Amino acid sequence: MPINESDIEKIAQLAHLEITREELLIFAPQISDIVTYVEQLNEIDTSNVEPALGGLTPEGEETNSTRDDVVAPSLGQELALAEAPDPASGHFRVPKVL
Amino acid sequence: MVESISDLSSRITRGETTAHAVVESAVSAAEQLNETLNAFLEIDRKGALERAEGIDQQKKSGPLAGIPVAVKDNLCVRGMQTSCGSKILGDYQAPYNATVIDRLVEAGAVIIGKTNCDEFAMGSSNENSAFGPVKNPWDLNRVSGGSSGGSAAVVAAGIVPVSFGSDTGGSVRQPASLCGVVGLKPTYGRNSRYGLVAFASSLDQVGVFGRNSRDVATALGVIAGRDPYDATTADVAVPDYVAELSGDVNGTRIGFPRTLFGVGLDAEVRDSVEAAMQTYRDLGAEIVDVELPNAKYAIAVYYIIATAEASSNLARFDGARYGFRAEEATTLRSMYKQTRDEGFGPEVKRRIMLGTYVLSAGYYDAYYRKAQQVRMLLREDFKRAFQSCDAIITPTSPTPAFLIGEKTDDPLAMYLNDIYTVTANLAGIPGINVPCGLSSERLPIGMQLLGPNWSEPTLLRLGDAYERVKPFTERPPLYAGV
Repeated sequence: MPINESDIEKIAQLAHLEITREELLIFAPQISDIVTYVEQLNEIDTSNVEPALGGLTPEGEETNSTRDDVVAPSLGQELALAEAPDPASGHFRVPKVL
Repeated sequence: MVESISDLSSRITRGETTAHAVVESAVSAAEQLNETLNAFLEIDRKGALERAEGIDQQKKSGPLAGIPVAVKDNLCVRGMQTSCGSKILGDYQAPYNATVIDRLVEAGAVIIGKTNCDEFAMGSSNENSAFGPVKNPWDLNRVSGGSSGGSAAVVAAGIVPVSFGSDTGGSVRQPASLCGVVGLKPTYGRNSRYGLVAFASSLDQVGVFGRNSRDVATALGVIAGRDPYDATTADVAVPDYVAELSGDVNGTRIGFPRTLFGVGLDAEVRDSVEAAMQTYRDLGAEIVDVELPNAKYAIAVYYIIATAEASSNLARFDGARYGFRAEEATTLRSMYKQTRDEGFGPEVKRRIMLGTYVLSAGYYDAYYRKAQQVRMLLREDFKRAFQSCDAIITPTSPTPAFLIGEKTDDPLAMYLNDIYTVTANLAGIPGINVPCGLSSERLPIGMQLLGPNWSEPTLLRLGDAYERVKPFTERPPLYAGV
């Protein structure tokens, strides 16, 4: 299905990206080409195929990943805020929400 | 033959040379060559020399004691920057070490710097770095490959003997091929992703670059193993990879997927890889035909799954908690949007949008679910193929290094560079690039060997056996020889 410029505007909105008119004119045909390319998958019959469980080997699936629920040291407030653009009184300060 | 890192490390431990001397020469080479290569985003002279002195004073032993190493700038190293090649993280300083970094430090390795990469590891040429492309030491007008281009170039240029990167669709193997070094992507779950900035979590894996398979085997032994901080690491014993390097490949069955050696493959690359197959035959290995009928769909599957996961993973970069924030924003929503607009480069935006699209309401089944189903078919292809062979041989990249700027206007053409490498990430299996020749333009050519889960010993044995009879002794014009 071809993707047009208004689709790209909608997607950018969903992804919290502000894109310029020039970017829109570049991205729309590029993304449309890529989507057309990936649609070649439609020629494969997958009606009886289970989707892959991404990112685990069979051994990884069997590995017990739980741990005892005990408190362990973590980064701590000071370090966690050290790289914040605008920390204030132990919080991350952001512009007004509304 | 070059001295292996374990021999060098033993000499340091015995006091025949010092970690300080070795690290000093690596740092000096890095500083000197980086003006030309742009391979490092940070060189930590002071910290590296202090750590080297510490190793000398403590007479620290360990498989990597005193060995200078370089690390891709998407792996967190405490007290150093982690930019991921992106303006959105800029000079962000990681407050903790990735697990693989902890293990390297414990083994005595000295991290001398953070290497340049495509922004958030998205790219095949390193041209998507916000800090400019890495230059290929073999030809400064050509790309290093990507996304771990800096880590490949610094080993190729003889600055450090081993380095580390991440491989999501070929980002270790492809730059290794283009720069003429060995590059290994381990089995998914072989080592920890804790502290590796996530791109596509079901595909990402930390990998190793080295001058030869032996050094890569040593380094893999250090970083491999289960980590409670990464639930996808598997509880599988870590073998002594170096002990497996017997040089004997007699009777090893190597699968030849003939259909992948067709259209789009450079003739010199094909000839070099076929010559390597003959070398293996001469060593007593058996070449058997295998079929991977769904491999031709791998790029399509990859660019759905990888972008979907990336759009989700990169949602965290919002200007609130770390990194860059657009200053002029007056509301929360405009802060998100402006920060992300100014902070991300075009390829990252393209992939976030593509991933957002394939996951959006009404399209999930058509794209993401479909891709995961074809991913299953691809896994089954490999499973079937590995019933009749121990490893599969292909080229790593369809061409040697291309020119900087040659493919930047056509993202799809750039994606097709990854045709031989993305399959391993989708299937979760390990793969290695081993240099197997030079083109008529004196550019490196690499072969790729793929194996079933946990077959790193076989891949490294095959790489090492080849190097014993066909050592890659050519050096690029830009070479420090530390």
